[in-house]
Amino acid sequence: MNGTGAATAPILSVDGLVVRYGAAIALEDVSLEVGRGEMVALIGANGAGKTTLLNTLSGILTPSAGTIRCAGRLAHVPEGRELFFDLCVDDNLRLGAWKASSRDPARIYELFPKLRDLSRRKAGYLSGGEQQMVAIGRALMAGPDVLAIDELSQGLAPIVVQEIGRYLVRLNAETGLSVLLVEQNARLALELCARAYVLETGRVATHGPSALLRDEPAVRSAYLGGHVTT
Amino acid sequence: MSVLLQYLVTGVSRGFLFALLATGFVVIYRVTKVVNFAQGAFVVLGGFIAYSLLGAGVPQGLSEVLAVLASAAIGLLFGVVTLLGRMSTIASLITTIGLALLSEAIAMLVWGTTPLTYSGLSGHDLRFGGIFVQPQYLLLIGVSFVVLASLWLLLDRTYVGKAMTACASNPYAARLTGINVKAMGLLSFAIGGALGGVGGVLIMPLFPITYDSDVNLAILGFAAAIVGSLTSPTLALAGGLIFGIAEELVAGYWSQANETAVALGLMILLLLWQSQRRQQAAKLI
Ligand SMILES: Nc1ncnc2c1ncn2[C@@H]1O[C@H](COP(=O)(O)OP(=O)(O)OP(=O)(O)O)[C@@H](O)[C@H]1O
Ligand SMILES: [Mg+2]
Repeated sequence: MNGTGAATAPILSVDGLVVRYGAAIALEDVSLEVGRGEMVALIGANGAGKTTLLNTLSGILTPSAGTIRCAGRLAHVPEGRELFFDLCVDDNLRLGAWKASSRDPARIYELFPKLRDLSRRKAGYLSGGEQQMVAIGRALMAGPDVLAIDELSQGLAPIVVQEIGRYLVRLNAETGLSVLLVEQNARLALELCARAYVLETGRVATHGPSALLRDEPAVRSAYLGGHVTT
Repeated sequence: MSVLLQYLVTGVSRGFLFALLATGFVVIYRVTKVVNFAQGAFVVLGGFIAYSLLGAGVPQGLSEVLAVLASAAIGLLFGVVTLLGRMSTIASLITTIGLALLSEAIAMLVWGTTPLTYSGLSGHDLRFGGIFVQPQYLLLIGVSFVVLASLWLLLDRTYVGKAMTACASNPYAARLTGINVKAMGLLSFAIGGALGGVGGVLIMPLFPITYDSDVNLAILGFAAAIVGSLTSPTLALAGGLIFGIAEELVAGYWSQANETAVALGLMILLLLWQSQRRQQAAKLI
């Protein structure tokens, strides 16, 4: 069923998920898995239901059918970062640990040294890239086993995206953190993650190892700019 | 000179009452983005409940503590009604006005329309710079100061306080981090109720209260809260003191009928000055 998929039980498994907004169906029978220590991409066009899926995973939305099993803690980096603008960077990070045992953000400052100098600044006065680091840092403060990131690259310069992407890969390699990465930039997502799901109007259109998906004609034309040969 | 001093003492006391009200506005707004116009009702109901408990023979201190707790419970109840469902800001504002009118009606039915008062802290008046000050004034100032300082510490210096601020700053993100946004909102209403109750039990021995005193109190408390943009407890305290002193000076040197009008005029001037400053700040950026 999956390519490089997990030999052990997955850390996150979603089965037959249906989510509605009133009468409109946003997710229809979505199933996916994230293995322990795996980085999985979720790509799809605007309105495909990616954000809906993450909001359901973190309990903001209630599914009308299906099951979500998470064998650990899931933290969610929301689309648009959604920081506490009135609070300083340090407070934003600390509040990420509301349900966790340690409130000390030292490890986040180690991961993003830039944030240490900005720790007293109001989150509203940060650049987009800095805000994204705080958003990721805040989610990491929850001590998650799975990190779900919505639109990592949104509004960021490519070089910043590369930088944050490298942080994620390092974190994944060093700590075994599992990642579910929602991305508009399919090229980036397939590069960072070994496996991917393609969501189309609320359904999983296809999934598999990134290396294979990259060559699927449908994926190439819809998400990678089909005629480009690389 | 001693007349002026007398006005100042009274003004500062009234100022602390307004500051308690203003801080109630601030706490509730900071957590829920709701402007709670029922804030004055907490003062009236708190004071009246203490009055009734005293009448029933409950010792003074205990009556006052119980009345404050009752006000907190009423605040909680108002919070439940206001935060029920997901109302727009304007709808919840109207709800709080409705709750204020409702509690006025209840207060009138239960306690009638005559101004009520009870005697406060006993003891000799204290001589102080050529004037005599009732100990109750000092109690009001002292207790309010301690209450307001603790609340400032809670909001600005503690983890729970930051979480409360986070709820208004970004309720969605607050939920994502696992903060119970609704519970925090209810907590803020209970604190708002308690603050009003503290004001009520302390002010009633000095200034008799009627069932409909809440409107005036809420407006002046709101005016003071506006000084701190509805978010700063320290500026709200400053605002309360400004309005309290201004009100007493106007009442003393001019006429009592004008005191509220002048205070409100002052509020409008402050608002204009603040928006001017904000525009200038915006130009700099
Ligand atoms: N609160 C809502 N109420 C009603 N419909 C909604 C709501 N939020 C999203 N939708 C609809 O659900 C569908 C999926 O939206 P969702 O935000 O999950 O898409 P997405 O894949 O994250 O898109 P994007 O890439 O633009 O962020 C869309 O058709 C959207 O219009
Ligand atoms: Mg989205």
